[in-house]
Amino acid sequence: MKAPVRTRAPGKGARHALMAAPMAILLLVLLVYPVGQLLLLSVYGDQGFDLSPYRRLFESPVYVNVLLITLKISLWTTLFSVVAGYPVAYLISSLAARRKASLLFWVLLSFWTSFLVRTFAWVVLLGRNGVVNQMLQALGILDAPANLLYNFGSVLVGMVHALMPLAVLTMLSVMENIDRNLPRAAATLGARPGTAFWKVYFPLSMPGVAAAAIMVFVTAIGFFITPALLGGRRETMITQIIIDQIQQTLNWEFAAAVSVLLLAVVLLVFAIYDKILGLSTMAGGVSARASAGDRNGSMRRAGNAVLSLLAALSDRAAALWPRLPGRRRKAAEGASRGLWAIVLLALVFLSAPAFLMIPLSFDSGSGLNWPPQGFSLQWYEQMFASPVWMQAISRSLIVGVGTGLLAMLIGTPVAFLLVRSDLRGKSAMLAFVLSPIVVPRMIIAVGIFYFFARLGLVGSAFGLTLAHTVVAVPYVVITMMAVLRNYDTRLDLAAQSLGARPWATLRHVTFPILGAGLLSSFLFAFATSFDELTIALFSSGGLNATLPKQFWDEVTLQISPVIAAVSTCLFLFIATLIWVADRLRHRSLSG
Amino acid sequence: MPSSNLQISGLCKRYGDFVALAPTDLDVARGEFLTLLGPSGSGKTTLLSLIAGLAQPDEGRVLIDGHDVTYGAPYERDIGMVFQNYALFPHMTIEENIAFPLRMRKVPSAEARRRALAALEMVRLPQVAARLPRELSGGQQQRIALARCMVYEPAIILMDEPLGALDKKLRDQMQLEIKRIHRELGTTIVYVTHDQEEAMTMSDRICLMNGGAIEQLGTPADLYFRPHTLFVADFLGESNLLPGRVVRAEGDTLSITLEHGGLAAGTVTGQALGNGAAFRPGDAATIMLRPQNLRIEPGAAEGALSGRLLDVMVTGSLTKLYLDTGAPGGAAMVAAHPTRREAARYAIGQTVSVSWDAADAVALPGGAA
Repeated sequence: MKAPVRTRAPGKGARHALMAAPMAILLLVLLVYPVGQLLLLSVYGDQGFDLSPYRRLFESPVYVNVLLITLKISLWTTLFSVVAGYPVAYLISSLAARRKASLLFWVLLSFWTSFLVRTFAWVVLLGRNGVVNQMLQALGILDAPANLLYNFGSVLVGMVHALMPLAVLTMLSVMENIDRNLPRAAATLGARPGTAFWKVYFPLSMPGVAAAAIMVFVTAIGFFITPALLGGRRETMITQIIIDQIQQTLNWEFAAAVSVLLLAVVLLVFAIYDKILGLSTMAGGVSARASAGDRNGSMRRAGNAVLSLLAALSDRAAALWPRLPGRRRKAAEGASRGLWAIVLLALVFLSAPAFLMIPLSFDSGSGLNWPPQGFSLQWYEQMFASPVWMQAISRSLIVGVGTGLLAMLIGTPVAFLLVRSDLRGKSAMLAFVLSPIVVPRMIIAVGIFYFFARLGLVGSAFGLTLAHTVVAVPYVVITMMAVLRNYDTRLDLAAQSLGARPWATLRHVTFPILGAGLLSSFLFAFATSFDELTIALFSSGGLNATLPKQFWDEVTLQISPVIAAVSTCLFLFIATLIWVADRLRHRSLSG
Repeated sequence: MPSSNLQISGLCKRYGDFVALAPTDLDVARGEFLTLLGPSGSGKTTLLSLIAGLAQPDEGRVLIDGHDVTYGAPYERDIGMVFQNYALFPHMTIEENIAFPLRMRKVPSAEARRRALAALEMVRLPQVAARLPRELSGGQQQRIALARCMVYEPAIILMDEPLGALDKKLRDQMQLEIKRIHRELGTTIVYVTHDQEEAMTMSDRICLMNGGAIEQLGTPADLYFRPHTLFVADFLGESNLLPGRVVRAEGDTLSITLEHGGLAAGTVTGQALGNGAAFRPGDAATIMLRPQNLRIEPGAAEGALSGRLLDVMVTGSLTKLYLDTGAPGGAAMVAAHPTRREAARYAIGQTVSVSWDAADAVALPGGAA
């Protein structure tokens, strides 16, 4: 029997449309429509066209002040995250494989550990009977416990702690592509270490710094967990207003107006960034200066002067270091020890708070006091005995796995399309795919809640899975695009030349090789859903609550040591997940 | 002023138990073109890094123009280095790249500019001053890297496989270019490559390295015609290695009984120069013969090595003959002569005899590798 020879392949356009359709439908129905409707609601409510929400927004200085505070907190967070993250990323990028992996593990661990867990750790750490107060008193610096919580400082510490891993990972992606021979070349050409760093390495790492800054800033603007748990009334941020309006006063029109304001600010930030640096730099790569025209701009000359000054200053400072002939090795070791010390300090700052939850969860006392007393499993027993917590865990797992699978099914074909096809308007398509990351999560959450409420989907696992897929799918596309770029398409052609039909090629060649990439994109989507609070805040509740939502409700109502037990479980779960993913990746590379 | 520009004594580098460079001595004369040649892992790049100051030695000293710079930083040594991937600064224009070492030396900007443009003239790329490195081709980037290195006239220029990334034609062209610049400037150049042809074409002397130590140091002709070891004979150019045993030594001329006697019965004795090495009758020795020094005659000859013709290959200017002489391990012998129109017609499978002049053969200590 001979298989009939197919004379005409199905139209290329039709196939492309089929691959992109699920993503397009998902984003149109669950992003564009709900968000559009929410934004419309701010000017067109039950009483028809009405600008009163905006009048209220700008009438009193209250809300403008909240906006200013939000910007202030975000700016400081960005500054500290980038400045403290730079040496960490620099050191990690310079290390050989094994040491790099071990340092990177700590950054990834805090990156993936829930914001809730990490912020809650600071509540315990900075509390009246917390570790910091106890330590300061033991050292005789304080006589009585100080109020370390609910002020600007505590919010800033929590925010920097939350967002520094993002800054490190963003900068790392750029630094890993900087040729390490360049500073060496500068040295052979006569540049001292300070000059080689400031005039050669630092300018090349600038795209990473800029990308890290905008990622942190935009995320910080939409934050509510940290200011709500660690801040006082004066540290209220703009997203908290939206939550209040919806949960307390049910004023949809006003919440919509605040959302418009938030979105406008975020888009403005992106526009300014694009104007100065160009959005293309966000994808990494050293293309900060694209054209030859603006090379002698005054901005650049000013920048050069500053860098020359820094170079001269650091070389002067280094010259103060006592130097005997033949002792250069010692001096270099001293410099690198200093860098290691800074980096280890930063990593302790990132990891220690979550680790402190572990001893506290075994406390046999009655509260979250430091130092913990005795050893008991009572809090774990309470957690496992509570139907609410157990329900929340199983619901989060179900929604997480569902989101992972759905996002992978929808996102992977789009990644194929974006990498492999020579479609026109690819960059517009990519921008559309990434829009769920750009639009503040809170706005998506409120829009979807409003939409679901009318469909009766609030509280259903199905609805929540769909909503989480919207925010998880961009990560799948980004991950798969990176994987596909490194994939040698000639292997497919080889398979086809050996007689494999397209489906057989996918099954026997493409997917086995891409397996690790598919798995990591699944994990990415799973983790995004598993840690998602903003959408779950509105669209789940009671016995339908997800784990983060249940966590949030507990933390905002009362602080009980059961939370320390839950935190410990979450923390260990994430650590195992990262470890397994890393092992799988290694196996797929060596195998 | 000392006559050697670069002096290395007892220089040694270890990474844990691995000896990257065994204690090494090397003198490079002013204006000399010295090539460090060897397979990967032979220590040539380690030696270059130690000279440049990019790595620190465990023992030994490095002297540049008589100054001890063993532990000095790269920026304190009067050296220039051309990296394998050029290492041009991607965020600076070509002119800024070339002026960089001058700015580091506090040369006034007007003069730095003038000298940078002069260096561009030198590498015949005056039109690219305002461009960025990525806007140039590989060969052009290579020239810019050269220009950046020459512009401040360092005492020594180090080159780490600078032509490795270029295609064959461009590489030949750049070899000529580097030779020309070397002649015009008279700078000392220490050049690293694993390409033996490149080393032969360009160098005044070749330092052939193996396993972290110098195997042989000499002119290209020395290494080619008078190798001291089997490794050198094998690494440089094509060679036939015939293992045997010394039967008689008269002055420097040795008679060696070959381990294989060709197609005929009985033993074959060949002659070779001992090259100053002390051989005694009974010692194992290997005769090294270059393909172009072999004479091939049709038919077997008395007392000469005979073989069966396996294949004839015309490789452009050379015709190569492959012979089965019953050598241990079954290795074929190669003979080569210039391709000529009237050249004898060979028949595959025919018997031929092989002979050579004692002066063209070198005896190396030891048996077959």
